[in-house]
Amino acid sequence: MHKLTLAAMQRSLESGEFSSVELCQYLIERTKQHNETLNAFISITEEQALAKAKAADEKRSAGGTLGSLHGLPIAHKDIFCTAGVRTSCGSKMLESFVPPYNATVVEKLDSAGAISLGKTNMDEFAMGSSNENSFFGVVRNPWDTERVPGGSSGGSAAAVGGRLVPACTGTDTGGSIRQPAAFCGITGIKPTYGRVSRYGMIAFASSLDQGGPLAASAEDCAMLLNEMAGFDPRDSTSIDRDSEDYTATLNQPIKGMKIGLPKQYFEAGLDDSIAALLQQAIKELEHLGAEFVDIELRNQHLAVPAYYIVAPAECSSNLARFDGVRYGHRCEDPKDLEDLYKRSRAEGFGREVKRRILVGTYALSAGYYDAFYVKAQKIRSLISQDFSQAFADVDFILGPTTPSPAFKVGEKTSDPVAMYLNDIYTIPANLAGLPGISVPCGDVGGLPVGMQLVGNYFDEARLLNVAHQYQTVTDWHTRIPG
Amino acid sequence: MQWETVIGLEIHAQLATRSKIFSASSTQYGAEPNTQANAVDLGMPGVLPVLNREAVHMAIKFALATDAEIGKHNVFARKNYFYPDLPKGYQISQMSLPIVGTGTVTVELDDGEIKEVGLTRAHLEEDAGKSVHEEFHDATGVDLNRAGTPLLEIVSEPDMRSAKEAVAYARKIHSLVRYIEICDGNMQEGSFRCDANVSIRPVGQEELGTRSEIKNVNSFRFLERAINFEVERQIDILEGGGEVVQETRLYDADNDETRSMRSKEEANDYRYFPDPDLLPVQIEDELIESLRSGMPELPDVRRKRFIADFELSEYDAGVMTADRRTADYFETVLDKSGASAKLACSWISGELFSRLNKDGVELVDSPVDAARFSGLVARIHDNTISGKIGKDILDKMWAGDDDVDAIIDKEGLRQISDTSEIEKMIDDVIAANPDQLAEYRSGKDKLLAYFVGQVMKASRGKANPGQLNKLLQEKLKA
Repeated sequence: MHKLTLAAMQRSLESGEFSSVELCQYLIERTKQHNETLNAFISITEEQALAKAKAADEKRSAGGTLGSLHGLPIAHKDIFCTAGVRTSCGSKMLESFVPPYNATVVEKLDSAGAISLGKTNMDEFAMGSSNENSFFGVVRNPWDTERVPGGSSGGSAAAVGGRLVPACTGTDTGGSIRQPAAFCGITGIKPTYGRVSRYGMIAFASSLDQGGPLAASAEDCAMLLNEMAGFDPRDSTSIDRDSEDYTATLNQPIKGMKIGLPKQYFEAGLDDSIAALLQQAIKELEHLGAEFVDIELRNQHLAVPAYYIVAPAECSSNLARFDGVRYGHRCEDPKDLEDLYKRSRAEGFGREVKRRILVGTYALSAGYYDAFYVKAQKIRSLISQDFSQAFADVDFILGPTTPSPAFKVGEKTSDPVAMYLNDIYTIPANLAGLPGISVPCGDVGGLPVGMQLVGNYFDEARLLNVAHQYQTVTDWHTRIPG
Repeated sequence: MQWETVIGLEIHAQLATRSKIFSASSTQYGAEPNTQANAVDLGMPGVLPVLNREAVHMAIKFALATDAEIGKHNVFARKNYFYPDLPKGYQISQMSLPIVGTGTVTVELDDGEIKEVGLTRAHLEEDAGKSVHEEFHDATGVDLNRAGTPLLEIVSEPDMRSAKEAVAYARKIHSLVRYIEICDGNMQEGSFRCDANVSIRPVGQEELGTRSEIKNVNSFRFLERAINFEVERQIDILEGGGEVVQETRLYDADNDETRSMRSKEEANDYRYFPDPDLLPVQIEDELIESLRSGMPELPDVRRKRFIADFELSEYDAGVMTADRRTADYFETVLDKSGASAKLACSWISGELFSRLNKDGVELVDSPVDAARFSGLVARIHDNTISGKIGKDILDKMWAGDDDVDAIIDKEGLRQISDTSEIEKMIDDVIAANPDQLAEYRSGKDKLLAYFVGQVMKASRGKANPGQLNKLLQEKLKA
């Protein structure tokens, strides 16, 4: 049952092959069994899930209109606030935080009938590329438990990769959906900035954060995104646009679509075996009628440095609210206000979070603001311009999702810059606010590899269309760890 | 040495919106602690601000009222600092691109001199909550009802040269924001707060002296006293050979002094940067024009019109236009009563205001509204009643619902203007007072008042006083 895609599960529920209760019960048991090794879940909400599954089955047998995800199991990254269910954001700071409200994404998926089985592990406050920064422990890659699942949505990627749940929500600030999707052999899409509401999604870097789905296939991602996307008056950066049916255009032919290959994405730094796999994928897409052209993204090399100013700067401010005053971790017996602040934050935050708060605070300080923050924002505009120039000629941009397959646990923890460079191909889309998808395109020594497609603003439907077409002629996305 | 005082003011006007600037919570004053604070106001994880449209409109109205530049592309920025009553660890404010740019405010001083004070800028921001120390032993309470209340911070140029000028400017802004109904102006409740930047320099020197910023001033009287205290303090320092340090000082009304709060060295680095949760605000010309067309006539324009059209004195026109409701009330009374502007003005500023003051009631809540008050003034104007009886009738109107005519009829208070009737009463009084008549005729003019009083008494106050005077003098001479 766990090997089925979300779409296949839906058909089985409709045909009565199994019930939602049976499906959820089965996956919860499977999750409990594998979570000891993978540590993909921080919370498993068995009781609520089964109650909802029972209600969903009853509603189905009673007839009437059902939501598009009726009775289907999913899980939420523990960054999305869930009313009445602990939302930790992977941090000791929020170890016992139970929000009184739901994130818009949670609300929307709920009302579409999806059933959340729990909350998935993540790098603390979404800061990390390996899921080694979680207060709740390292998450293991289901393909090789010596290796990381990627991050920050590592729990979601490992849960889907290990087929504990068919689909999860995630968030992507610099690659946090696409990179773990690539490492775990699944499909993940980061929508256009503003497409999915950020309300109730605990902020890391507000101008870059974007929620999106991780699932086995592009089709499953489309099903989830259909419900996640949409204007939200509670998020001022959410964009008021008509909603689309991303599943409706999946089967359109892609003949004649023009795909750009940025020279800078295939230069030194990229693993040779990944480059070779990408060449194969390009051939498959050519068979489907896509045309390829070489393009330039001249300021690509500036993306990581610019990102590591903008994101920490925003995070230093966003995380100021975790001060031990109103909620979250508070130190024992503070002797005065300053002691309360200092110790609550020193105890509540992990190393990487502290590093970024410090970097960000420095970058915004008087005398440094222009040299760092303002300059980084200028680079950001240059990178956006590079993309708009490229999209004047091509429909998509293709490249690797990551420079290498999943690395070993502990391999990069002592070298933050090496860790940061893992997001070298994913960060530019966040800086420009563009949608990007990672699709499994092969393996290197049994480890999955992802291909990334970046589209123009609001081109999610066509991105999913290309990814789906590719998945109709390849089977990488159907492979499951042994 | 002769010293010149230099003052600039930062005024925080709380905007009279129903809900907060970035959340739907009520801004009502005086609620139980933390009952008007939702997840956004509490700075819960994941929540986001959404700008209150009305607050933007009010800021634009202020710009229109002061002929100031409108920041058509203005940006909210985060001011980062830690404080328990600042839930997010930053205040959303505006820094380099405020909604209101430079403007000018014309201030009339006590001696009639006209002074132009430059506005540097005005920007929108959210208020913080309140730390409550009194009710807790060994702890501090935090009340976040006020957190997120919209403020317009109005910053002046250092154009004022005395405490009196500063107060005149502050009063002018106070009257203006109430006039255009963007702020209730209640200083006790903190809806209108003034911080003063004060420095001194030798007369003739161009360069500004080192300033101190005085906070915590909650009345115009205290503003004047705080500035005067501060000027004296700075003069003492400089004349004693010392140096003024740049610092923030708190005014202590109980001891009438300012005290150091923090020096420049201790000041926070606020690390301002554009708030990524809010998009830049784009203000379209159509919006500006529609707000302009809905603007009330401004106090200066209205005052000039009252002088030109109604021949009110400068002083009376000033009183009648001090706030918009008074001016509206006055114009209604003038229009409905048919009385002269002078009569309407003196009844409003005299009898109406003294009763409102006595009862501690605002004009909007006056027991006698403009329509009923017009009736009273009309009857005085057409001589149906005398002014003296008018005052008694106003007391009755104040206490009940009757209008003026009903009271006149019920109590038989119609003024007696029939000459023969008054003459008969005069004859009776003269006949009954032969001694006084003789004294009067022998030159004791003062006794006229006695006769007036006697006849008035006989008429039970209803005799037309003008007629009475004229007829009585004729009869006494004869």
